[in-house]
Amino acid sequence: MNTAIVASLLLLMLGFAYQLGWSRSRNMAVSGVKIHSRPAYHASLVAFWALLPALLVLGLWALFGDTATRTYILAQLPTEITSLTAADLEVTIRRIRQIESGFGVVGEAQTYENSAAQALREFRALTFAFVVATAAATGAVGLFLAQRRINPRLRARNEIERIVRVLLIGCSVVAILTTVGIVASLLAEAFRFFTFVSPIDFFFGTVWSPGFSSTGAGASGKYGLLPLLWGTLMVAAIAILVALPIGLMTAIYLTQYATPRVRGIVKPIIELLAGIPTIVYGFFALVTVGPFLAGIGSALGLDIRATSALTAGVVMGVMIIPFISSLSDDVIRQVPLAMRDGSLGLGATQSETIRRVVIPAALPGIVGAFLLAVSRAIGETMIVVLAAGNSPFLRLNPGEPVSTVTVTIVNQLTGDTDFASPQSLVAFALGLTLFVMTLILNVAALFIVRRYREQYD
Amino acid sequence: MHMPTDKIVPQSDLYSRESTTARTPDENPLPVRVKARDVSVFYGQKQALFDVSIDVPEKSVTAFIGPSGCGKSTFLRCLNRMNDTIEGCRVSGLIALDGSDIYDPSLDPVELRARVGMVFQKPNPFPKSIYENVAYGPRIHGLARSRSDMDAIVESSLQKAGLWSEVKDRLHEAGTGLSGGQQQRLCIARAIAVSPEVILMDEPCSALDPIATARIEELIDELRQNYTIVIVTHSMQQAARVSQRTAFFHLGNLVEEGPTDLIFTSPVEKRTQDYITGRYG
Repeated sequence: MNTAIVASLLLLMLGFAYQLGWSRSRNMAVSGVKIHSRPAYHASLVAFWALLPALLVLGLWALFGDTATRTYILAQLPTEITSLTAADLEVTIRRIRQIESGFGVVGEAQTYENSAAQALREFRALTFAFVVATAAATGAVGLFLAQRRINPRLRARNEIERIVRVLLIGCSVVAILTTVGIVASLLAEAFRFFTFVSPIDFFFGTVWSPGFSSTGAGASGKYGLLPLLWGTLMVAAIAILVALPIGLMTAIYLTQYATPRVRGIVKPIIELLAGIPTIVYGFFALVTVGPFLAGIGSALGLDIRATSALTAGVVMGVMIIPFISSLSDDVIRQVPLAMRDGSLGLGATQSETIRRVVIPAALPGIVGAFLLAVSRAIGETMIVVLAAGNSPFLRLNPGEPVSTVTVTIVNQLTGDTDFASPQSLVAFALGLTLFVMTLILNVAALFIVRRYREQYD
Repeated sequence: MHMPTDKIVPQSDLYSRESTTARTPDENPLPVRVKARDVSVFYGQKQALFDVSIDVPEKSVTAFIGPSGCGKSTFLRCLNRMNDTIEGCRVSGLIALDGSDIYDPSLDPVELRARVGMVFQKPNPFPKSIYENVAYGPRIHGLARSRSDMDAIVESSLQKAGLWSEVKDRLHEAGTGLSGGQQQRLCIARAIAVSPEVILMDEPCSALDPIATARIEELIDELRQNYTIVIVTHSMQQAARVSQRTAFFHLGNLVEEGPTDLIFTSPVEKRTQDYITGRYG
């Protein structure tokens, strides 16, 4: 309810400020003075300056309000309670908050708890009124100052454009900061892991057997990355072997041979593959493809397990087909028609033209698509969780079960939320490894694709 | 694509009929290389070209002029069946190269295009080396038996295109790195390399500066010794400078066709007169 009040108050203020700015600058324009900016810009500027101080006040409260409330609760408690251990104190504070919100607590509420909750309720009502009043007041001051600035020479448009630019920069910074935050948290936890296990044992170890943290064995497990890395690369390689030829041929068919009608039907259907949740691919692999491949294997006298690198790789390959076909489709279509005409005009057949001119011209873009698909395959999780067999050993035979980096991260983090043992911290080291691998692939792909673009623009 | 059943006139009659748009015959007519009778082109439902009949004499330059959208490029692209690559395009009538129908179902358009080369409006070298650009055609048609054969073909083609002296030291650099005029001459060399009989040029100078244009025009004049050339051009001056015969197209019709000097000095049709005097177009 409080949020609704605040939001409607802000909207009201916004509307009022805009209206005021609009009518004032409008009057000025009607009176025949030549004004620099149109009324809409003046109005937006006034609205902005009214909203900004109010938002700042609310933002400050959102940041520090909780600490202030907590300090107030502590001040209400008798001294014998405040001298308790930090953990017990935390429990008490939580109980008081729950009584105050009417949520209720387990067991009998103590009198001091009830009185503290009562005081808290009053405190909250008061502070809420105070914060809203302050926000409204600062907003009003902003509004007043901003509307006083309205005059024919005010460059309101330029100012609005600057504000919009800052907003846009802010939005892109959010994405960058998220990436930085992810890397930082990965790095911090990975370093904690490396205080338990040396990086050499981790990166070059050939045995993966982390043990269980509940046994209290500490760092006794073996944390060799190589079996997992091998599994990851094998599954990804099988996936690419399936996806690359099929995807590329599909793209060639769709761009060079298909009539618009066929293309209009086939392309969306292929792209539908990209929309299937990976968990669905996972049980498709587990229930259908795995037993099918095992059946073929036994008919040929090969030992192929139902859950194996092969099963996971084949299904993942099917999942990646639309990536390769759509991206290749785009780059092949970017090859100028003049190239194709030039080759056909020399008496080359359509297939010679595709092989000798179109594909070579599109090759950098196709390589870029390929690398993006590889990084996608390396990072894929659900299919391998279900279909690869989760068996972290170094094995050459793709018909045997394997485990991958992503699967191991899932295993190490599920059920065990204690982030102090190497058993769970290793997940961050694995995540970091994965992140660096896909980052390198993505950067390489972007670099190649960009070089290609320069060629034809 | 080709629909002989459209015709009331039997093919044989169509072929032997004289071109009706041709006016005063030359005193010493050259043998006819390409013969077109009642050629109509449709893009889907829309007709772009109406019953065009023309004779293209060998070892000479024939220019097609006319305002934009008059069908001159469309007609040019019929002559090596490049229109086949356009979705929904249909050609009727008869076009014969050396007396045989090029729309005959038994004829492979791929073979035809090796005999009728084409140079496009915008220079379109492949993103390969200069050498590979020229060697492309001979390689797919298996014209060179050995490496030295190929070297000879590349050198002579570049020489005929007047580009050899400029590029002989950098044959293995990218063809796309040349200037616009050089790129267009490279495309001409590429077309010459498969030894075509006819070369079609679709506004070959429209993307070039005046100096590069002058070089291409000189080149066209030299090439006339050995090849039959058909050129589409926007510029009447260019047609007057390089061609021996000129055909004027307007709204999908071939209005008038004859020796270039006559077309430009005393056209029969009023529309031709108006166009060449700059009244429209």
